[in-house]
Amino acid sequence: MGRVHSVDDDKTSPSPSFSEGGAVPRVVIVDDHRLFRSGVRGELGDAVEVVGEAGDVDGAVHVIAEKQPDLVLLDVHLPGGGGVEVLRRVLARQPQVRFLALSVSDAAEDVIGIVRGGARGYVTKTISGRELADAIVRVADGDAVFSPRLAGFVLDAFSATDAPPVDPELDRLTQREREVLRHIARGYAYKEVGKELFISVKTVETHVSSVLRKLQLSNRHELSRWATARRLV
Amino acid sequence: MAQAPTHTPRYTRAVDGRLLAGVASGMARHLRVDPVVVRLAFMALSIGGVGVPIYLALYFFVPEEEAPAEEEGPDHQRKGREVSQLIAYTALALGLGLLFLLFGGVFDPLLWFMVFGTLGAVILWQQANPAQRDEWMSTNVVPVGRKALMRAGAGVLLIVVGVIGFLVFQEQLQNARAGLTFAFTIIAGIALVAAPWIIGLVRERDEERRERIRNAERAELAAHIHDSVLHTLTLIQRRADDPREVQRLARVQERALRSWLYQRPADAETTVRPGLERVAAEVEEEHGVPIEVVCVGDCDIDDGLSAVLRAAREAMVNASKYAGADTISVFGEVEEEEVLVFVRDCGVGFDLEQMPEDRMGVRGSILGRMERHGGSARVRTEPGEGTEVQLRMPRIPNL
Repeated sequence: MGRVHSVDDDKTSPSPSFSEGGAVPRVVIVDDHRLFRSGVRGELGDAVEVVGEAGDVDGAVHVIAEKQPDLVLLDVHLPGGGGVEVLRRVLARQPQVRFLALSVSDAAEDVIGIVRGGARGYVTKTISGRELADAIVRVADGDAVFSPRLAGFVLDAFSATDAPPVDPELDRLTQREREVLRHIARGYAYKEVGKELFISVKTVETHVSSVLRKLQLSNRHELSRWATARRLV
Repeated sequence: MAQAPTHTPRYTRAVDGRLLAGVASGMARHLRVDPVVVRLAFMALSIGGVGVPIYLALYFFVPEEEAPAEEEGPDHQRKGREVSQLIAYTALALGLGLLFLLFGGVFDPLLWFMVFGTLGAVILWQQANPAQRDEWMSTNVVPVGRKALMRAGAGVLLIVVGVIGFLVFQEQLQNARAGLTFAFTIIAGIALVAAPWIIGLVRERDEERRERIRNAERAELAAHIHDSVLHTLTLIQRRADDPREVQRLARVQERALRSWLYQRPADAETTVRPGLERVAAEVEEEHGVPIEVVCVGDCDIDDGLSAVLRAAREAMVNASKYAGADTISVFGEVEEEEVLVFVRDCGVGFDLEQMPEDRMGVRGSILGRMERHGGSARVRTEPGEGTEVQLRMPRIPNL
């Protein structure tokens, strides 16, 4: 298991969070396969409150504006411009909405593209309902969710270049961040990563969020070039 | 391959095509100039009276001398040029000679017009020969569409000029203007009719070719879907009562479809990343436990690394058989100095100290194998804590 990391109990957050019980996140599911939407809805059960669904970009933008969800479960491939287009249009007006990307694609450029577009995590559609619920709660709380595959892509993206970084602050991962990512890629849950590296789960989360930030903000064009140069599964 | 000089073509590799017996195009190839230049030169010489004998002489003698050189070509393709074509070329050559004899003198306008007309007719006729065009298409990847159109246009123009000129010459002897007007109208009409027809032919050919390619792709897709997806779906329906088998079938099909869609390069199996994925796919297929492979970096597989792949395979098999985990995570990392592979499950784990001696898998196939090849392996496990096998192999630097 450990593909997506269960929320930890020693997490201390200043603001009330979904992981500490109480309210469940309000979620909009965006996917062009109706069957898949209802499947996800059924699997999630009571863990979240599904407030809306959409099957294309325009519908998604509309529903999200209307329902103001905590989190949007976003398919990468959508008619009308794809998940990236939804991110672009929604985040311009509703920056507080959080996105978790869900895809069957697994292609590096899709995954990197959607995370750079603003999604705070990426999971594959083969994920189990419980794991998905955990990931949703985590992202709704403002953390990042890295699947092993995404961790692998990111490691690849930040290492596969000979060119010197333009902005070392953004274009390079620290040793610690690399270590965290490598453990995630090996299938370790956040808690297990913390135990391995003798750091708290909170610190692991900080590292992962920092990697997410670098991934989204880095202007290094190698990142996008890398993504398009590879069509790897 | 001794080809008889008169009955079979000498220039089977018609890179620039051939119009007549291949004398001109052969010379063009020899001189590395455009064959059209050589052909026009021959025509010009013919008008002077020297060209025809020269051409005829070359026509009969050159092929025998050039035959060995031609054999150096990598492939001899279509041999059969139509006899009619050959006859037409011969007739043209003889006709030119006769014309010269009949009209004599370079400045005889009738001769000029006849030459133009014949040349144009030959070009046109040659362009409109589908077999010849197909041969061009098959040997010459560079699109000939524009070139063919230009030649067709030039041919039409030359015919018009030639025939009108001929009529003009004739009418000097007989009736003047009515004939000219009449002829011009007819020729213009023929040109108007013929040009679109030729263009249409070329377009039709291109369209047919595209359609053929599309059909081939469609057929391939259909065959693939049928052989793989439909087949698997049928199997799944028949095994609907066995969830594990259904999942296994679905996973295998997903993998196959994915790799087909993303079109792995043919030599992909020679590097670590696809190698690891292939091993994982095989183990997954055998044992039915999903294996997630993540790989960072890549490099060629050498002896040590193929040992790593075998050891990793053994670790995956062990995890599938004994761990009882839902999934197995495999992480491969290619670094500058070494290659690391981690095979991890969140299953039952076991006590390393009390590992039965007969668990040859771990001792022999993993630990021993890695050490023999200059690498190392570590097994981390505890009852209830899952198992992780870590494989480490130094890279031999590329020289």
